[in-house]
Amino acid sequence: MAIIEARGLARTFTSRKRTVEAVRGVDLTVADGEIVGFLGPNGAGKTTTLRMLTTLLKPTAGSATVAGADLLRDPVGVRRRIGYVPQAIGATMGGTDPSCLVREELLDQAALYHMGRDDAVRRARLLTDQLDLTGLDQRLVKTLSGGQRRRLEIALGLVHEPRLVFLDEPTTGLDPQARSNLWDHIRGLRSDLGTTVFLTTHYLEEADALCDRVFIIDHGMIVAEGTPDALKRRISGDVVSLSVDAGATADAAALLRAQALVRDISSADGTLRLTVEHGEEALPLLLRVLDAAGVTLHSINLSRPTLDDVFLTLTGRSLRDDAPNDRPEDAAAPPRERRSAAQEDAVPAGTATKE
Amino acid sequence: MSFLRDTMVIFRRQEKLALRNPAWVIIGLTQPILYLALFGPLLTRLPASSLGVPAGNAYKFFVPGLLIQLGLFGSTFVGFTIIADWRSGVIERFRVTPVSRLAIMAGRVLRDVVTLVVQALVLVLAGLAFGLRAQLGAILISFGFIVLVAVGLASVSYATGLLTKSEDAFAPMVNTIVVPLMLLSGIMLPMTLGPGWLQGIARISPFRYIIDAMREAFQGHYFNTIMVEGIAVAAGMAAMFLWLGSRVFLRENA
Repeated sequence: MAIIEARGLARTFTSRKRTVEAVRGVDLTVADGEIVGFLGPNGAGKTTTLRMLTTLLKPTAGSATVAGADLLRDPVGVRRRIGYVPQAIGATMGGTDPSCLVREELLDQAALYHMGRDDAVRRARLLTDQLDLTGLDQRLVKTLSGGQRRRLEIALGLVHEPRLVFLDEPTTGLDPQARSNLWDHIRGLRSDLGTTVFLTTHYLEEADALCDRVFIIDHGMIVAEGTPDALKRRISGDVVSLSVDAGATADAAALLRAQALVRDISSADGTLRLTVEHGEEALPLLLRVLDAAGVTLHSINLSRPTLDDVFLTLTGRSLRDDAPNDRPEDAAAPPRERRSAAQEDAVPAGTATKE
Repeated sequence: MSFLRDTMVIFRRQEKLALRNPAWVIIGLTQPILYLALFGPLLTRLPASSLGVPAGNAYKFFVPGLLIQLGLFGSTFVGFTIIADWRSGVIERFRVTPVSRLAIMAGRVLRDVVTLVVQALVLVLAGLAFGLRAQLGAILISFGFIVLVAVGLASVSYATGLLTKSEDAFAPMVNTIVVPLMLLSGIMLPMTLGPGWLQGIARISPFRYIIDAMREAFQGHYFNTIMVEGIAVAAGMAAMFLWLGSRVFLRENA
């Protein structure tokens, strides 16, 4: 069953007589129990789409059903059923008051969902345990570490046990350790509670590690959709690198080029780079062919394309160049202080080689 | 009713935060008390007729003015706090819960009214210590006026804060409006001392009418045209600003 069903969702902003089509007709279907990633560069319409789905922004066109309630006709019904964790970086922060106590934030949030006091206390205790916030009840929010504060913000989004939770850039600005810790918690949401998670992210490896399915948005439109693996496969095959004796390079290249599963091959001084489909299945065959021809193989390496490659191919841009903020509303507003930590915190790309 | 319940949730939260850091409540009260102590004694030396009150009753003139000053400054600057709340993401977080969006404003306004009444009580007690002689009725009526003033001004201040989203834009804007309004209201000295043109301009300040009505009350005149004018202006202003504020908080996009 679909927990999010959006059709032709669009949003146009008008400022200083200039019209910006931030989102131009987004179709989305998210099934119950999925973890879905929403990726896109700066200004692609990522946050605008999220703000529409969470009733913060009224669509200029289109319709959607979110958690069983009609987005346009029953926004309060949507709010009652979803959890929302704002992004913690940029013009606005993640939604906690620095001078509140952890416990107060949880109880106040429960009160906003009209929960009774006893329920609220029980729920607050459970969430502090689940999100590793035990013992921090009486701490002021401003004294928490970045990771603790982010976990509190996520706890606030879960107070009323929503079936669907929206996480806007959940790990942006966190150090790698806090990030992977949070990933575990997000996976736990689905596996332990059956919660559907819809998250936006700037980090491709985050989508890769967490998400069952990924939507890529660019220029206000969904340009690709699928499982991370399927997307990677769609864009380009796997890359097999072989090193052989320099003298045998040409022979080996000719031999391999003749194989049906080899799509492309380039060679230079004893190193052959092959693009193949289903690399893990191709390897044994390639080995056999070379062995039968008496070519001595020094090393072999299989690498898969990353979501980054997918992104680059689809949009012509790398995600990593962008600052994690894409609110067109803000673009029209006077510049204000922004935390630069986010930019500095971009995850090193690395060569995401997997066996 | 869920609006009232939501308002109380927001009110209790804001009250809790205010009590945790009461500096602003105290600072807000310091200024009128200083005026009372350091400026009030000067007024007692002026001929009572120039203040429009019976001899020896300068404080019946001055305390109503200070009450309005307290309300004016206390309420117009509350918008600052909502800018901070917007920046921390708290406003956005609230807007995605089923809480009444109007209650997000109403709970805050209620907190401001309660704060103001407590401050006003302290100010009146201090005034009594300095020699103010007033009937309980007059004090209650003046509290009614400043509550109306606070409801309207706080609402419009929050709305302005939420629209500007920037302290740098908000502060000069509020100062530009409030200071001339205050000067034209005759808080320190009666406007009747001024030349004709100044008295004419002063007619545009709504607070002028409210202060006049409060001063009438302090002299025991509860039923006259000045009082009716004051009530009409105060209630009209509160209603209009409340409506403006609600419109901003109920917007579907913010």
